[in-house]
Amino acid sequence: MTARERIAGNVAGYVDDRTGAAKWMKKNLTKVFPDHWSFLLGEICLYSFVILLLSGTFLTFWFDPSMREVVYDGSYAPLKGLEMSAAYASTLDISFEVRGGLLMRQIHHWAALIFMVGIVVHLLRVYFTGAFRKPREFNWIIGVGLLTLGIVEGFLGYSLPDDLLSGTGIRIAEAIIQALPLVGSYLAFFAFGGAFPGEAFIPRIYTVHVLLLPGIFLALITVHLMLVWYQKHTQFPGPGRTEKNVVGYPLMPVYMAKAGGFFFIVFGVTAFLGAVASINPIWLYGPYTPGQISAGSQPDWYMGWLDGLVRMAPPLETHAFGHTISWNILIPGLILPGIMFTGLALYPFIESWATGDKREHHLLDRPRNTPNRTAIGVMALTFTLVSLINGGNDIIATTFHLTINQMMWFARISVLVLPPIAFIITKRLCLSLQRADRDLVLHGRETGRLVRMPNGEFVEVHEPISAEKAWLLTSHEQLAPLELPEHDASGVRRPAALKNKLRNRISRAAAVAVPKATETERRELEGHH
Amino acid sequence: MKRLSRLRRHRAAGPILLIFALFTIGTTFQVASAVNKDATSVADRAVTIEEGKQIFLKGCSSCHGLNAEGGGIAPSLIGVGAASVDFQVATGRMPMADMSTQAMRKKPVYNAEEVNALATYVASLAPGPQVPGEEMLNYERDGSVAEGGELFRTNCAMCHNFAAQGGALTQGKYAPTLMGVEPRHIYEAMITGPQSMPVFSDKTITPEEKLSIIKWIKAAESEPQLGGVALGRVGPVTEGLLVWTLGIGLLVGVAVWLAMKAR
Repeated sequence: MTARERIAGNVAGYVDDRTGAAKWMKKNLTKVFPDHWSFLLGEICLYSFVILLLSGTFLTFWFDPSMREVVYDGSYAPLKGLEMSAAYASTLDISFEVRGGLLMRQIHHWAALIFMVGIVVHLLRVYFTGAFRKPREFNWIIGVGLLTLGIVEGFLGYSLPDDLLSGTGIRIAEAIIQALPLVGSYLAFFAFGGAFPGEAFIPRIYTVHVLLLPGIFLALITVHLMLVWYQKHTQFPGPGRTEKNVVGYPLMPVYMAKAGGFFFIVFGVTAFLGAVASINPIWLYGPYTPGQISAGSQPDWYMGWLDGLVRMAPPLETHAFGHTISWNILIPGLILPGIMFTGLALYPFIESWATGDKREHHLLDRPRNTPNRTAIGVMALTFTLVSLINGGNDIIATTFHLTINQMMWFARISVLVLPPIAFIITKRLCLSLQRADRDLVLHGRETGRLVRMPNGEFVEVHEPISAEKAWLLTSHEQLAPLELPEHDASGVRRPAALKNKLRNRISRAAAVAVPKATETERRELEGHH
Repeated sequence: MKRLSRLRRHRAAGPILLIFALFTIGTTFQVASAVNKDATSVADRAVTIEEGKQIFLKGCSSCHGLNAEGGGIAPSLIGVGAASVDFQVATGRMPMADMSTQAMRKKPVYNAEEVNALATYVASLAPGPQVPGEEMLNYERDGSVAEGGELFRTNCAMCHNFAAQGGALTQGKYAPTLMGVEPRHIYEAMITGPQSMPVFSDKTITPEEKLSIIKWIKAAESEPQLGGVALGRVGPVTEGLLVWTLGIGLLVGVAVWLAMKAR
């Protein structure tokens, strides 16, 4: 034992005598994680959240969340001598007077965008591979909660500097609150402490942005990770991987190094963006006054699809009993997002209800092997993407010399037409990929080598695929459709007949598949060749 | 008589008379030449108008009519003034190449002299806003950047965007970018209201305020890229595009590399 090892041992022993950590550490540091690049997507969110906490704390040292009127006397000449809120003036000071302030502001904003991108791509990975299935439904719901809160938190941060763009965003938020039937105008007065914009809003959203929501985030992220820890990570199917084991590498040292290194990479990419690319140049927007607005006012991308829905909504209003119900805001601003987020959160339960699959799953699905789920996902993505594009319709119109009216009609029609088409195309694609898998297993890989037989016949030589590959392509299970009874033994309709009929129909649609290659089929064909 | 004769023979008489004579001749010439200049200017003006008319008949009358009275596809130009002609022709908007949505800025067809002739011709038809002179456009001296910014955000940004980069209007029309536009043309646009733009009369925005707006636009034009690449100064759309391409692209690339690495 070298001197160094002896000292390290002594220190470790000293700590262990007082904390008893050794036993816990020994167990948990050897915990095994499966290896796949897509399992690092969630880490992007975690790390950018840490970056957000650090850079955000820096910004709070100088930011003054107050609507107090001040006269700007900083170094940015085009705004010198203008009256503005202390919130805006202090954000200008962070940008131009505080050393490193602009870089920190830009890192904070880029990290927020990366946080939201990370959440979405992580969600897509979890969705398309079926990682949300039992026992992980709660963690899925927590994830959907984090996505929703992330949108709110990002919007509040965008609103804080009280520049012309953020004020415009708050105005739209106020309109959405007001669109609530009956209580809307009261709620808006309550939120803003009087008429818009008032003096209360900036201090209020500041508290929510820096205290309440980050606290909720910390709690939810902790639970999210603890559940991953406790339930163990899912893995892609492969030789030796079962529902009862996890094949991978231990946390210490492999994942400590990988995850730790990845943190610095995420920080590096964020800092790189913050250093080279301008984001939210509030000095160009100018201070907010309700009388001003800029062409091309847009929200950040994660709100863009909501803005796009509002932009395409036809002007529908109902006047009844002295009240106006603005359907044009209520539907795209509240009802549709409500339906989408509820559907998203409940999806694991809906799927297990539809397929009747109540078992635990720790092996992931390949998206092609669950055509219905994949197609539903692509359908929802298409809907969101069309809405997102319409959210930037004015910028797209001027860039590509299109008319904004045509853009809007394109969006109105395609937001209804394209998602079902996307569903059908995706489902067909999945099925033909299944067919390709089946062919690959049964006939092997096409080598492109043509051989002329003695009888003059030309054949292409197929090379059999490896046993591992064949196993990978055939290990998934293909669920049989539900056959719930609609009639009882004596042929009388059961009370639950309608419900059962619906479930049978949905599960039949979900179970459509190209039968996977079986061992018998393979043997038969081998005998033939 | 003796007194006069004595003065006549005075030593200073000669130089005084000489100065007097020179002064008189000079003044007379000055007055005469001024009159003369005016006379030639009127003649010149008539020539310029004639030149302008010839250009007009060749290049503009097929749409605007032989007497600038307008037609089915183009408005009457009687009373639009020299400022309007100078703006439309010197920025290349007229003659129009594509009549589908609106005249766009392009390389001017006519040179400065021809534009002046056209403007003088159209101004001769009926009085209208005049081309602002050099002295009038001294925005560096007479304008205020901060005030100009306020006025711009109140009156212009709703179409031209917060950083004067332009924006979309209905049916394919658009408010063009103001980057690289001559101060004279910005001024003329405000007083004549070309295409979809409203007229900002001197009562709505005073000439000094117009100069402040021009000064702010010029400041925006020469503003350095303060936070790094400006991404077009069109707001969050390009930022979102960058984060979904370069941002997540880099991170996923590294994730793939990490997953392959050091097993």
